[in-house]
Amino acid sequence: MSTTATQAFAGAGAAEDNRTAEQRVEGAMSAFARGFGATVAMNMESCIHCGMCADACHFYIATEEAKYTPIWKAEMFKRAFRRESGAFAPFFKILGLKKKVTLEDLEEWQELLFDSCNLCGRCSLICPMGLEVAELIEIGRRGMYEAGLAPKELVDRAAQQAETGVPEAVEKPYADLLKEIGEKHGVDIVLDKGKADIMVCAPRSDLNRNPSSVAAMVKVLNKLGANYTFRSDAIVAENYGYYAGSNGLQKTIAKRVVDQAKKVGASLVLVPECGHAYYSLRWQAAELMGETLPFKVRHVTEYFAEQVAAGKLKLNKVDGLPTAFHDPCQLVRKGGVMDAPRTLMSELGVNLKEMYNHQGYSFCCAGGGGMNDIERSRPLRLKAQEMKLREVDDTGAKRFLTSCSDCRVAFDDAGEHFNWDKKTESLVELVADNIKE
Amino acid sequence: MTLLEFARGPMLHFALLVFVFGVIWRLVSVALLGFRKHYSEERNSNDKALMVGTATCGLRSWPHKEFIGRTAFGEAVGYGYHIGLFTIVLLGAPHVIFWQNLFGFSAPWWPTLPGGLITVVSVLTVVLMLIATIRRAMHPPLRQISNFDDYFTLAILYAIMLSGLWAVLGGPGRYEFILAAHIISFNLLLIWFPFGKLMHAFYIFPARFVNGYLHAKKGAAT
Repeated sequence: MSTTATQAFAGAGAAEDNRTAEQRVEGAMSAFARGFGATVAMNMESCIHCGMCADACHFYIATEEAKYTPIWKAEMFKRAFRRESGAFAPFFKILGLKKKVTLEDLEEWQELLFDSCNLCGRCSLICPMGLEVAELIEIGRRGMYEAGLAPKELVDRAAQQAETGVPEAVEKPYADLLKEIGEKHGVDIVLDKGKADIMVCAPRSDLNRNPSSVAAMVKVLNKLGANYTFRSDAIVAENYGYYAGSNGLQKTIAKRVVDQAKKVGASLVLVPECGHAYYSLRWQAAELMGETLPFKVRHVTEYFAEQVAAGKLKLNKVDGLPTAFHDPCQLVRKGGVMDAPRTLMSELGVNLKEMYNHQGYSFCCAGGGGMNDIERSRPLRLKAQEMKLREVDDTGAKRFLTSCSDCRVAFDDAGEHFNWDKKTESLVELVADNIKE
Repeated sequence: MTLLEFARGPMLHFALLVFVFGVIWRLVSVALLGFRKHYSEERNSNDKALMVGTATCGLRSWPHKEFIGRTAFGEAVGYGYHIGLFTIVLLGAPHVIFWQNLFGFSAPWWPTLPGGLITVVSVLTVVLMLIATIRRAMHPPLRQISNFDDYFTLAILYAIMLSGLWAVLGGPGRYEFILAAHIISFNLLLIWFPFGKLMHAFYIFPARFVNGYLHAKKGAAT
């Protein structure tokens, strides 16, 4: 990759980074090493270079470009591990079997770690050694952030979210936006209640693009008589620190949610339709805090499915329209919310037409992991999405549902580009529209 | 000391020392990093996670149906030559005698296969290794990620297989010399073992288990 091209990927303040190249590489490797335990080291040590992970990756399948082989995306860090801190590091160093990683190498790897990986984890399921390839890429991102090489789009949002709670410059506070959504859709939205059993968040992308989904979630909560509240200081569900690869920013952002939940005495934090928000809060927040959280974290579909099972939420049957459902990878494959969406669809009597690759093996929407926010990655994203849209069409479905706002953003963009004949709809909205009175 | 005596004696002992201590050190160096304590509320119990982790050790040998269309050929070749190698090493009569002499025990119950069958298996194994090597050099992702370790390990395996076949089939040259070459190449394999990808023999089940276990705790796909 040329210098000009790599400059286009200028990362976390790369231009004003006063450190030497060596210091930046050192920063990357230290951050990478911090992510190490025996599990990660075993992942680094066990790869047999079989290349099968390529056959799981939507970006490789769509382009057949070898550089998109998932384990190759972690190559610089694998190399550094073997050379600098593996069991036989001096041997590899002295014999020159592993070359020293340079800043130029890391610059070249920006595209592979950020612009062509959604951290979707499909590669981790195909590996015959059982390696958690996606985790290596995620830790690689953390290294890139420390080297000042994370994409500016993600870093700026993460920094802003860590500082203000909102990942973008806004004309009006999100709390006001929430109130407007409530008024427009005729639902009472509880905001900044002092004490509540449930604290609820909303996806930034839904607040801006699909406010009816936020209203739908609230409508169901109201119907259930839930004692919930949004908190002005922690409305946003997404965690841009996770996308950008910054442990520090991710922790600060997560702490804002955790602190607010503690403050209101919530026993449950409800994550809206957002896969990465769910994964980062459900499975990473406690790890970053180094403590067990005093509340449960549930995805909105999980919570609603629990209410259905308890007989508290009854739903009308919908039309028999053939319907396909996209399983968001952070929610289903990595997050473990396997059954809840199907419980709800079954209760709704949805005529579900499964894609060949579904539930844990679903192809990613190609927009997650921050890729929706990286404009230069759009051409690649579209190639993977074309494949996914075809898979949806192959089911013969006339309706297309999902339970992640980021996935909806990605599919809406691809749908518009390819003049697709379907709109991506929210499962929660379908639930809200069909509550049995 | 003849070359054969050297290969069977001091070189083999040195190779075994490197193998044993190297493998232990490589495993210990990973274990010393420690397993992290997890704080997130688990979806599944420890017992269930242990069961899933154990099951993953075996189940991961067979690809999920969603992947098999793309990976069947590569897996068949890969597993094929591994099965061939294990068959030769564990059921070939000269090798069984070698193991018994090396470790100083007698095991009359240890089954062996007829020499002719082992020769056929050996030829098939070399053919599968050839396919795997060509695929490594031609298949774009494989070519991209392959390094010295991959080709050097294959080279040692070829040396072992071809010298073994040469000895059995009575190729040109003194038998003692060919046998010495066979044992020397095996010694090289033992010496290289802890440094390269051959360690996957020790990592495969722990890696599968740990990741199956951790995924099961989350209720994630395995």
